[in-house]
Amino acid sequence: MASARAHPLVTAVVITAAAFAAYYGVDTVYDWSDDRIAANERARVVARLNSVIEPGLRGRDLTTSLLAVADAELLGSDAPIDVFVLTDRGAPMAAVFATVAPHGYNASISLLIGVSPIGTVTGVRAVRHRETKGLGDAVEAAKSDWILQFDGKALTAPPPELWALDRDEGAFDTISGATVTSRTVVTAVKNTLLYFERHRDELYARAAEAAAAENTQR
Amino acid sequence: MNSTESSWREATAPFWRNNMALAQLLGLCPLLAVTTTLVNGLALGLATAVIVVITSTTMSLLRHVLLPSVRLLFSLLILAALVTALDLFGEASLYDLHERLGLFVPLIVVNSGVLAHAENVASRRGVAFTFLSALSTGLGFLFALTTLGALRELLGSGTLLAGIEMLGGDGAHSLTIDLPFDGMLVAILPPGAFFGMALLLALRNRLSRKAAPTGDAETPR
Repeated sequence: MASARAHPLVTAVVITAAAFAAYYGVDTVYDWSDDRIAANERARVVARLNSVIEPGLRGRDLTTSLLAVADAELLGSDAPIDVFVLTDRGAPMAAVFATVAPHGYNASISLLIGVSPIGTVTGVRAVRHRETKGLGDAVEAAKSDWILQFDGKALTAPPPELWALDRDEGAFDTISGATVTSRTVVTAVKNTLLYFERHRDELYARAAEAAAAENTQR
Repeated sequence: MNSTESSWREATAPFWRNNMALAQLLGLCPLLAVTTTLVNGLALGLATAVIVVITSTTMSLLRHVLLPSVRLLFSLLILAALVTALDLFGEASLYDLHERLGLFVPLIVVNSGVLAHAENVASRRGVAFTFLSALSTGLGFLFALTTLGALRELLGSGTLLAGIEMLGGDGAHSLTIDLPFDGMLVAILPPGAFFGMALLLALRNRLSRKAAPTGDAETPR
């Protein structure tokens, strides 16, 4: 066997050289991909924001301020969540909550909920979830229209007591075979609207502040 | 002539007779996990094929200068570097697909079939033979992944090539075939992976038994 003749020093040199080659190879690819990956992530965020705001606002040059808010009771998470507040020269246009429906079937469900300045839902999307394939994954807009039923809803329409699933005598359809999933999403949307109602002025004030700070920096 | 022919036969054996997934039953974890659609299988199969060809060829090139005791370590070094680079490339260029495959691209590092090839073939045979054999291994695995992916997608979702635009750009979207039925859910659930795999194994065993009725040593159990 030829390999039996290999001298340990030769092997050591080859491994060292290969380690350096591997390092520089990966480093080169990393440098090349870094900006592209960041651009992909930004494009993903923008595309997702666009999917939950009013169609008329899409593609308009709005100021997006990213705020972090925390409310363990209404926003489904102890940790602060992201809120994107969209304004047009100071005028409120939309708020998008990256909130969490805590009681999914397998894990919490990450939602993106768009709310108009007057408190109606402009769109809801499940961004990340681990619901059962073929049943609970109908929360994805790509799989079913179920999540679209929240469009245009507000805390007054339907009235608060009807913010529940039809099987709990509420106004919302249930995904068949995925009651747990449906229930936590309905609750999360309702709680987000409640949070928005209580904190609307504060959110827009903070967004205006953040936008002003950014402008003076420039 | 005869020896060329027999080594050609031996080098191409990993495609079918000695297929990594269907005969050696290696690399089953990614095989079963990602094959919910044809496109997923295709993408992971291509990635694995590229990795196994480069790794084994490099290992064969360097087989005379490496002590046997560091060979595995060395394969892992090459694999880790290649897979990291490929993963970054995927995240940069095929973002949606990368997200779908998730952890299974990084996991190619510990794909037992790839390691087995680098250890068993590349350490003993010449570069040309290893290259051909690695190519057959990679294409054989690609074949298993795409067949199982196509079967499960067809039965489970009633589509074929759904999501191809993630690999081939928006123009490729028209390649998606939508059949007029919704599919049986079980095919895309984990049990469906095992049913599909069992079907493929049974089919393969039947075909190879017909081809070699005397039952040589390399036909699978």
